[in-house]
Amino acid sequence: MSFRTDTGGAIDRNTLLRFTFNGVEHTGHPGDTLASALLANGVHEIGSSVKLGRPRGVVAAGSEDPTSLVQVEAPFSEPMLLATTVELYDGLVARGLAGQGKLSSEPDPARYDAKHEHCDVLVVGAGPAGLVAALTAARSGARVVLVDEQNQAGGALLGVDEYLDDRPSAEWVADIVAELKSTPDVLVLERTTAFGMYQDGFVLALQKRTDHLGFAAPASVARQRVWRIRTRQTVLATGAHERPVVFADNDRPGIMLASSARTFLHHYGVLPGSRAVVFTTNDSAYCAAIDLAESGVDIAVVVDARPEAPARLAAECAARGIEVRAGQLVTGTEGPGRVTAVQVGDDRIACDALLVSGGWNPVVSLFSQARGTLRYDAELGAFVPGRELATVRVAGSATGELDLTACTRQGRDAGAGAAAAAGFTSGSQVPLPASDSRCTARSGLVLWRVPGNDDASFVDLQRDSTVADVLRATGAGLRSLEHIKRYTTIGTAHDQGKTSGMIAAGIVAEALGVELSEQRPTTFRPPFTSVSFAALAGRDRGDLHDPVRVTSIHPWHVQHGALFENVGQWKRPWYYPQPGEDLHAAVLRECRATRESVGMMDGSTLGKIDVQGRDAGEFLDMLYTNMMSNLKVGKIRYGVMCGVDGMVIDDGTVIRVGEERYIVTTTTGNAAKVLDWMEEWLQTEWPHLDVHCTSVTEHWATIPLVGPKSRAVLAAVAPSLDVSNEAFEFMTWHDTEVAGVPARVCRISFSGELAYEINVTAWHGLAVWEALMAAGERYGITPYGTETMHVLRAEKGYPIIGQETDATVTPQDLGMSWAVSKKKPDFIGKRSFARAENNRSDRKQLVGLLPVDPAVLLPEGSQIVETDRLPEPPVRMLGHVTSSYPSAALGRTFALALVRSGHERIGETLYVPVEDSLVPVTVTESVLYDKEGARRDG
Amino acid sequence: MTVSPLAAWRDRLAALAPVLDVAEVPFRSQLTVRVSDPDAIAAMGATLGVLFPSAACTFTSGTGRFGDVEVLWLGPDEFLVTASPGLRVTIEEVLRGALGTVRGSVVDTSAQRTTVVLQGAQGREVLAHGCSVDLHPAAAPVGTCVQTLLARTGIVLQVTGEDTLTVLVRSSFAEYFAAWLADACTEYLAVP
Repeated sequence: MSFRTDTGGAIDRNTLLRFTFNGVEHTGHPGDTLASALLANGVHEIGSSVKLGRPRGVVAAGSEDPTSLVQVEAPFSEPMLLATTVELYDGLVARGLAGQGKLSSEPDPARYDAKHEHCDVLVVGAGPAGLVAALTAARSGARVVLVDEQNQAGGALLGVDEYLDDRPSAEWVADIVAELKSTPDVLVLERTTAFGMYQDGFVLALQKRTDHLGFAAPASVARQRVWRIRTRQTVLATGAHERPVVFADNDRPGIMLASSARTFLHHYGVLPGSRAVVFTTNDSAYCAAIDLAESGVDIAVVVDARPEAPARLAAECAARGIEVRAGQLVTGTEGPGRVTAVQVGDDRIACDALLVSGGWNPVVSLFSQARGTLRYDAELGAFVPGRELATVRVAGSATGELDLTACTRQGRDAGAGAAAAAGFTSGSQVPLPASDSRCTARSGLVLWRVPGNDDASFVDLQRDSTVADVLRATGAGLRSLEHIKRYTTIGTAHDQGKTSGMIAAGIVAEALGVELSEQRPTTFRPPFTSVSFAALAGRDRGDLHDPVRVTSIHPWHVQHGALFENVGQWKRPWYYPQPGEDLHAAVLRECRATRESVGMMDGSTLGKIDVQGRDAGEFLDMLYTNMMSNLKVGKIRYGVMCGVDGMVIDDGTVIRVGEERYIVTTTTGNAAKVLDWMEEWLQTEWPHLDVHCTSVTEHWATIPLVGPKSRAVLAAVAPSLDVSNEAFEFMTWHDTEVAGVPARVCRISFSGELAYEINVTAWHGLAVWEALMAAGERYGITPYGTETMHVLRAEKGYPIIGQETDATVTPQDLGMSWAVSKKKPDFIGKRSFARAENNRSDRKQLVGLLPVDPAVLLPEGSQIVETDRLPEPPVRMLGHVTSSYPSAALGRTFALALVRSGHERIGETLYVPVEDSLVPVTVTESVLYDKEGARRDG
Repeated sequence: MTVSPLAAWRDRLAALAPVLDVAEVPFRSQLTVRVSDPDAIAAMGATLGVLFPSAACTFTSGTGRFGDVEVLWLGPDEFLVTASPGLRVTIEEVLRGALGTVRGSVVDTSAQRTTVVLQGAQGREVLAHGCSVDLHPAAAPVGTCVQTLLARTGIVLQVTGEDTLTVLVRSSFAEYFAAWLADACTEYLAVP
């Protein structure tokens, strides 16, 4: 049986849309929502409740609906959508949910998007108040954005058949929208929900752009877009939601809000049933009763909780043969699923729809999010906006006002006020419309619930929370609404308690015997309606999820089969496997080639900071633990940097390039942090210092050329450079030409081998790299990655910041007392070195570990214990393994570790629990290879 | 042989026409200048034939012995001087000379960032998908220069013409920038 009216509604009856719900095929029309199409087909049972499995239907016509959750299965599986906000399209497949949906395991093929927008006046809500506010602001010349969650403007007018100024309200709406859209710098966004309001006029809104197109949605158009709106002034014209009354078995399908039934009639041409009971506490439901009666619904009775029915409306009902019973209540319902009868006093009245109105709740969520305070209006039985905010105005029924002309006057005032506050003078005045509505704007009786079976009286239908649950909470001593919300979970579902929150507050106040004006409402938090993570992610996914930083030499690495390691956002070559090689084999080969002949790597990611100024030396003396001001021009020094707590935060080299100019290097991952650290000290503590720091990380490509044959390779590409050990000493630099390109060559070694770091502008990086490869070919030059670099430096006991250190490690712990100046009067961290804690002999110190079995590789992170058998817990842990590798040079495995009293334990045997065994290891100095440094000069 | 950060993207960027004409302008000379002394600023400007910008978030341009030169305001005492390729060494020298013994610094940062010019009526619109700065012509007129984020990369954005935007992006982020831009143009390219 069809419940579609013959005429009326914003639907296209000439076009048929096929869809499937719960496995059954139905039809609907363009303009339908899934909910309206289902109701038109007489389908009221949508899903079942989350805990109790009770059948549930459609309560409201819009985004406030607590029950009609569905899973859309096609075109793409998406959970937890409201049937009332899913626009119908051909081929839609959906099923009702029991409170929980299922995320698709397939990647969502749709595109998502974000856009920033700036305006003088943002108007939220395109109902009568919002339209007038937006037009008033627009006529002043302000930049205006108007957002509205529905697919067309009009707000509450879409759900009624009223005339404004003697013409259909749709015409009045259309005129205003047309003027707005033709005004420059005005943006009207339909299907757009402002879901979050934050500080300083920052508002997030979600626009559903192609959802309604279903299978026809173009793949190139972002399906949803998050608008990031920054506005100077905001007008909230967010309207009001009708509130139900709670009574026993109030959750059956077929029980819906009266105004929503009216909206289904006027906007979708759908009847809620054949025979309806109306239960109200106020005038507005009479209009629903009269309109539905005129459309052919048998209105069995209007039950008005008030002692007296409004005379004029009662007379209109009488004229249509509708019985009105004043001073009575609905006390219960019946039905196998959908409602079949309603209990009113002693009478059992058969019906297939029960339309309820308990009054109106202004939608104050965004106002509350913007830190607006709320005030309880006893006459409305609702929280309304309290004091206006400097940048946020509220207009229309969101204030609690119910009269249309008054609402639009508020809109006009708010629009003009907002524009004026943003510096615009009013343009021509927008005339206020008058409505022909029968239902006078009058508050009714405040009634939260009808006494009855508390266990079946549902407050939050989605959470299956009942009056009994609320009373259990208050009975347990809970008084704060915030606590009761968490105890009962009322208001925590997808709808955030739009229809249940106020009632819960009312029932709590009654139970506690307190005035609602003394109760603080629960805090409204974003999002106002559900927002998918896909929408929030926007285009920041896949390759764009996080920037991948690459060096100028990167294409070569890719071409030559490098595998990459992520270091911060950088992609660094990890190792270059040859056919058949795994990590282990490749690294052994790369290490051996480098130690025996020559290797090179891409070190461009190293942080580089140019430090200039008369006080540069003094500044660096304060930043590093060792002395830098006495470094001679042309020389290089290794430096350690500590935090104020004396713990190592970074290390690198300091290159003195001029009397007042240094270049310092940082670890790859800390480049930005170290520059910030320098700026912080310069700007906050030492503004008197004549020093400026500039990042040059990406200006330079850096290529370490390493190994006994590196000198010969360098000589081949830098003919004008005297590469002899005498002319080019360790820890010095020379400007020269490498492969015909101006270059700065530094003699620095992170492996103990003879080594050079060749710096050229990034533009030349690739060409110089290739020239070095060619020049080194006769020596079997081998490109190596970060893994080999790690092994080579570990063999020499050089720590890696972040691997050997963890913010509790001092330079002394690392065996670097030599890098801590005893002469300097002060430097960052110095004070801490005198602390008793820093001078304990049992601090964890960096040592080497050699497994007694040279083939055993210790897992990094392993704990270290003292005895060859584990004692009863707690077991004393001496420290942990920080680095562990097989070594080609040592012909065995080795590790670095932080061990309590490590320096004193050299020569001892300790034990490392690995799976079920304890592996014996010998503690050694951290330097395991070439202790005398014989290899440094080649 | 030199290779610019977006050399491999030339065709993909060109394919964004007619929505946007996008082209990398590689190897520009770029010098980061830190100075606050007004006389030194004036002297530097005189040397280059351009007045240094005095207003925040603007850039200036002029023509002198180094041809067309732009000076971008990056901070209260920080500027970026940009000029044609091949001039970075000489410009660094003359700026250092103009600075003299006054407090400040001059650093060659030419290869630190690459320059991308976006031409087209929808340029501001496209960047608004990732840039939180107000790019409305009234708020960002020609001559505007801001350091900001575009999606997840830092950029320096110059409004160089009514329909022309110039973006300076760190070399290591350039491919991310290009990929983001191409993705943001998708929808505009699809609309006939």
